[in-house]
Amino acid sequence: MGQTLIELKNISKTFPGVKALENIGFSIDSGEIHALIGENGAGKSTLIKILSGVYQPDSGGQIILGGRVVESLTPLEALQSEIAVIYQDFSLFPNLSVMENIALEQSVKNNDNLVDWKAMERISRDALDQLGISLDLNTILGDLSIAKQQLVAIARSLANNARLLILDEPTSSLSKNEVRKLFDIMHSLKNKGMALLFISHKIDELFAISDKFTILRDGKYIGTYGEDELDDEQLISLMVGRKIEYTIYPKNKRTEPLLEVRGFSKKGNFRDINFTLHKGEILGLTGLVGAGRTEVAQAIFGLNPADEGTLLLDGKEIINSTPNDAVKAGFSFVPENRLQEGLVLSKSIEDNISLTMLDALSGKSSLINLKKRKELTRNWMEKMDIRPNIPEMITSKLSGGNQQRVVISKWLATDPKVLIVDEPTNGIDIGAKSGIHQLLRDLAEKGLGIIIISSELPEILAIADRVAVMRRGRIITEFFCENITQEDIMSKAL
Amino acid sequence: MKPELKRRLKSKEAVLFLIFVVIFVFMSILSPTRFLSLYNLQSMAYQLPEFGILALSMMIVIITGGINLSVTYTATLAMIIGGFAMSHMFAGGSSAGLSVLVGIILMLAGSLACGAFNGYVIAYIGVTPMLATLGAMTFFEGISLQVTRGGAISGFPIEFIKIGNTAVLGIPVPMIIFLFVLATVYLFLERSRMGATLYMIGSNPKVTRYSGINVRKNLFITYLIASLLAGIAGILMASRYNSAKESYGSSYLLQAVSAAVLGGTSIAGGEGKVIGTVIAVLIIQVISSGLNIIGLNRYLTNVVMGLILIVVLTINFLTREKQFRNN
Repeated sequence: MGQTLIELKNISKTFPGVKALENIGFSIDSGEIHALIGENGAGKSTLIKILSGVYQPDSGGQIILGGRVVESLTPLEALQSEIAVIYQDFSLFPNLSVMENIALEQSVKNNDNLVDWKAMERISRDALDQLGISLDLNTILGDLSIAKQQLVAIARSLANNARLLILDEPTSSLSKNEVRKLFDIMHSLKNKGMALLFISHKIDELFAISDKFTILRDGKYIGTYGEDELDDEQLISLMVGRKIEYTIYPKNKRTEPLLEVRGFSKKGNFRDINFTLHKGEILGLTGLVGAGRTEVAQAIFGLNPADEGTLLLDGKEIINSTPNDAVKAGFSFVPENRLQEGLVLSKSIEDNISLTMLDALSGKSSLINLKKRKELTRNWMEKMDIRPNIPEMITSKLSGGNQQRVVISKWLATDPKVLIVDEPTNGIDIGAKSGIHQLLRDLAEKGLGIIIISSELPEILAIADRVAVMRRGRIITEFFCENITQEDIMSKAL
Repeated sequence: MKPELKRRLKSKEAVLFLIFVVIFVFMSILSPTRFLSLYNLQSMAYQLPEFGILALSMMIVIITGGINLSVTYTATLAMIIGGFAMSHMFAGGSSAGLSVLVGIILMLAGSLACGAFNGYVIAYIGVTPMLATLGAMTFFEGISLQVTRGGAISGFPIEFIKIGNTAVLGIPVPMIIFLFVLATVYLFLERSRMGATLYMIGSNPKVTRYSGINVRKNLFITYLIASLLAGIAGILMASRYNSAKESYGSSYLLQAVSAAVLGGTSIAGGEGKVIGTVIAVLIIQVISSGLNIIGLNRYLTNVVMGLILIVVLTINFLTREKQFRNN
């Protein structure tokens, strides 16, 4: 390993009423991939923001950077100290070109008054060459896939001569293939002597790439371990402080069909999709990202109607050409992107839960019955154990798990027959995950038909009764989820 | 003090009301004989309703994340269509009652047609509200000018003129109509099913659509309702001025936006209270009437109005920022 690049000593951060970080101390060497691990709320994001200068830590701590000792960093100092963070949203400019995105920061740093296009081209080409990828410099960023945008973000940090690259859940919206490519690039950067701080919730990825693990729990430093010092069970138990595994629920064979999808096709999305969902069944829909899973779900829900094919609910043909139709027919859809599609973040828990219930809450007068609305909200918050128990709380302030519970509450309130959940535990900590699993299982026991889309195979195996595997827009096979392994599924999906 | 009451006293609306009281008292001290005269108070009570209704119309649209730059030309096109029919019928020998009835119906229908046009372009075609209504503004103005040839339409029956110029039990009829509109808009926005939907659309249209709500239909109806309100304001203006002309009320356009925003409606959509808009309307009305009556010339009145708006909006912004930081 290389020499120490950055060292943290006694770093604490207090927010009003909350101690987000307490005496964190560890160091990162150049030429290593260092994983930062912890459940949601463990303090990872706060720590990143301290490293990037967004937050100032409490006084008393030290950041030692290239021999210089400081108490805190400003964003500009972080940039000058060559620390680059790639947030989940990349913080790029979707309306500018690849070149501008990569090189603009450089020209801002140089205090140029005029844009030197030639220099920008050189800088961005250099950066992309270092990554070993070729992209048209003049493409508008927003037209690129997520994976390519991410590479642009990495190229930008290379252009800024980053020596420490922080990647916040970089794999969360990538396909397996794209993840592999990203890891190759991370390896080559490491070999060039760069330090990488890598944040992920996916255990297998952590082990695949990291040299060291630093574990945080409840804002406290738990320890730093070499990759050969831990196995995944030990890692998880350090994270949560207790041993946790997904509970494997017993599988049931159901016979009474609830929803039949027949010959669903949509050009460029999926082809000839056929499956049956039974009453009280959880059907997993899996495959690589981009295999067409979400598109099928959206087609069923009327968001992305199929070109051909029929939908039978309880044996009767229905047509969902808008979400409105689908909801009326008894469908519910918990989308993958909770923050952009699931919740109105600027509104309260009450507003969000009652959003699907406005018709029922208002009688013929079309005025909302406020008492009924309050009751409905209280009722669901209690049933779903949403915390804090404050209906007026703005949903952006809730934890990921509680946000997801609000989204699910909003749908269960409609008393649906079919519930479709797309990556329901994405970005949610392990404790909250098993809570959601239990909940879905309970709902199925009550007769609801559930389709769960998940990239996480252990999750599918834990709670689904059957699984349909998609590849390139088609369903390749179906399994009954007993006595099969992740490898069985993966071999079909690849 | 009860926490609920305390919270209310600290609310944006309470602060805004305090600002109103201060300005009112200030104007009264500056010019006790004229500002507080019955004449001035009455004249404000006749002017405020048309402006207030336009501000509420604007607010409804802004709540959904849109804006309606054609609001005043909707009002004038509506009054010109209805006024044209009314004066012709009356001149042609129809009874006053029938002419007024047809005139008013056509004014309301005209405003609905304008709303349907805007609503279709915005909700179903998907043009950005600002651009769509900017185009509609010129479009409506053009039609109006084509009908009036740049002049004013007059010759309305006295019964029509009475609407905007009489009082019942000392309360001007326009004020009664305004209070009725105000109550309806309050119930619509803050208590009804559709109102709740509009706030959600303004906050995040995607999530709202994903929740099974027909966003396009709701937006379309929003523009219909907002334009109907503009039509009502148009009736009041035509009646008060005893004529119909395309340029009436054009200064209300930006004032309506100001009133909504000053009243706490977020220009980004999804946020805003009816009572806030109403207090802001009162503030703007008192300032403009007050400055006018103490004899400040019109240009300086604009300067002062602009400055006051900027100051209040800055205070608003800073207090919100502070609250945000305290959180």
